[in-house]
Amino acid sequence: MPVISTILLAQGHDLLAQGPDWIKFDVGAFLSQFWSDTIDGLAYGAIYALVAMGYTMVYGVLQLINFAHSEVFIVGAYAVFFTLSALGFGTSAPNLGIAALVGDLVLAMLVAMLVSGLVAVLLERVAYRPLRRRNAPRLAFLITAIGASFAIQYAIFAWRGPNPEPAIIMFRPQPVFDIGGVIITSQQLVIFLAAIVLMIVTDQFVNRTRLGRGLRAVAQDPDTATLMGVNKERVIVLTFLIGGVLAGAAALFYMMRVPAGAQFNGGFILGIKAFAAAVLGGIGNIRGALLGGLLLGVIGNYGATLFGNGQWIDVVAFVVLVAILMVRPTGILGESLGRARV
Amino acid sequence: MTTTSDRPKASGSTPATSGRMSMRDRWNSLPRPQQWLLLIPVVVLIYALPVLNPPLLTTEPGTNFPLALFDAARFALIAIGLNVVVGQAGLLDLGYVGFFAIGSYVAALLTSPDSALWHIPYLWTLPLAMVVTMFFGLVLGGPTLRLRGDYLAIVTLGFGEIVRLLATIVGPLKGQVGFQGVGSPPGTNSAGQPIFTTSNGTAWYWLVVTITIAILFLVGNLERSRVGRAWIAIREDEDAAEIMGVATIRFKLWAFVIGAAIGGLSGALFAGQVGFVNNQKFDVPTSVLFLAAVVLGGSGNKVGVVLGAFVVSYVPNRFVELAAYKYLIFGIALIILMMFRPQGLLGARQRLLAYGRQAYLRLVGRPEQVSSDSSLRGEGEKAG
Repeated sequence: MPVISTILLAQGHDLLAQGPDWIKFDVGAFLSQFWSDTIDGLAYGAIYALVAMGYTMVYGVLQLINFAHSEVFIVGAYAVFFTLSALGFGTSAPNLGIAALVGDLVLAMLVAMLVSGLVAVLLERVAYRPLRRRNAPRLAFLITAIGASFAIQYAIFAWRGPNPEPAIIMFRPQPVFDIGGVIITSQQLVIFLAAIVLMIVTDQFVNRTRLGRGLRAVAQDPDTATLMGVNKERVIVLTFLIGGVLAGAAALFYMMRVPAGAQFNGGFILGIKAFAAAVLGGIGNIRGALLGGLLLGVIGNYGATLFGNGQWIDVVAFVVLVAILMVRPTGILGESLGRARV
Repeated sequence: MTTTSDRPKASGSTPATSGRMSMRDRWNSLPRPQQWLLLIPVVVLIYALPVLNPPLLTTEPGTNFPLALFDAARFALIAIGLNVVVGQAGLLDLGYVGFFAIGSYVAALLTSPDSALWHIPYLWTLPLAMVVTMFFGLVLGGPTLRLRGDYLAIVTLGFGEIVRLLATIVGPLKGQVGFQGVGSPPGTNSAGQPIFTTSNGTAWYWLVVTITIAILFLVGNLERSRVGRAWIAIREDEDAAEIMGVATIRFKLWAFVIGAAIGGLSGALFAGQVGFVNNQKFDVPTSVLFLAAVVLGGSGNKVGVVLGAFVVSYVPNRFVELAAYKYLIFGIALIILMMFRPQGLLGARQRLLAYGRQAYLRLVGRPEQVSSDSSLRGEGEKAG
């Protein structure tokens, strides 16, 4: 992109010199980077999608925006950081065989899944369950969720301070494919494939197992489901657990992508964007979360290239969220955890 | 002074059902002139606080006490504005700091020598900030207030972030460099020094307290008007209100826009006192702190939110060692509050409005009973 803008500058110097330098409308860069932006956006969007699953499932079952889910995610990022630090990873890529590397990363992912899952379940127990017992209105749930989000964020702040943890480089991204000049790196491939596999597993779990059927039943009609012998409380715990576990997995991929990503408030913006992804696809809809995440990742990248500044990603994401809510409030695929295929 | 006429003297949440009247009932049964008379000393005391500098209340030497009071008054103004949105109309607005930021930038852009725009006297920026934020409230609220309540929370959160990000990205808004020397009200003391300096908290405190009382008066009257009744109807049951003929979207928009205007006003006041505006003070945690002030004090209760604002802003200033943990403390406070006292310290009252008070008195022969219910208590729509 810098090359393109230099060329453009050389050609139409007068025109560009007049425009402000903080926003561009760089169609040239957009076209030339279209495919690399798409691929990178898909990899990043897969992370959004994994986090969005947690939002979408909790919303599907409880109609609650779990604001604290972003903190469940960032706790996972800390778990990844500490596990990999203990395993000797640091600011430079380690010299490991492929088997040892994969083993270490899988271990870190499992630890993060465990920690995030536990935090999510604990959150449900401590913060949300007492409110359900009291039959509290929705506003109370939302305020509790925000309070929990802040409590966790600033508990981490009190413990680790304001700065991000040192970077953890897991491996150096190598080009794997080169399709007509568009390079797909090993990192992008790993993130995308692993995230897709996890989401397919979750989708199959919800759609094909006994527990998943219970989950869909509660999402559809909690009272009737209870009468039919579904243990509602257990289903709710299960929902939070699955969301937390997926957020833990997302934390590993996020750290892969953003090596110094473990910061006390690092999950917040990503959480909002993941929620936007869930809404985009249709909240409560697992496949919608996947679609929404990938779309949002790609759209954000396009926006950043088009406007010539990486900070536009977040602005574009929020504008897309508002636009989608206005035009199609139920998202692209509609809201249906309960109405998923029986 | 209508506003403070609601001031309950006791925080007891249970209405007096037995023979003994609670302080709150006794207060409510007083005729309005008597209430005003009793309030005069309270108001005088509030004005005199920075001069009296009471020993227990005062801050440690490191923190300027009048400035801490200014902070509290500013928070009170913000909480009153946010209360219109959250407490009265029951709309969860998590991006209130966005309006605050817009107000600050209006003041900065039109008075700071760092800005290339034409300059106007500082005091003119106060109404202008309100007009501009009202416009933004309309732009944001127009499309989004049709949404389900919990979507509104996330959209407003996004709005707050967009405002902050734009302040960072957009060149003329100067990001972190910001604007120095934002204007202040005119006036010099006998020595020829300007009164409203960034270090003179007392003058700013008096200004903000005066504005806050005026706003309390306006909001209080609004509350007892048709608009206020519509808000409460929407807050309690939006569908029922719609069926009864309340134009829900229009009144929600009113609440949103009025709340936004008060946010903008407080932002402009803040910019004037600090004298410097950049992109660092308008993050989401600040927005949640505003919300904490409203919810803690008792959303829907004007006096309650002023009290909540005082707690939220004053505690970190008074106990400096706690300041680093304020978000942690108020985060946990929100969770605990929702469990044990969802209506806040002083709950909102669903009272008979307008002339209801007199009517009730005539009908029953004793002051109306007030419940401490608010939008945060009662039957949940979703059993969960």
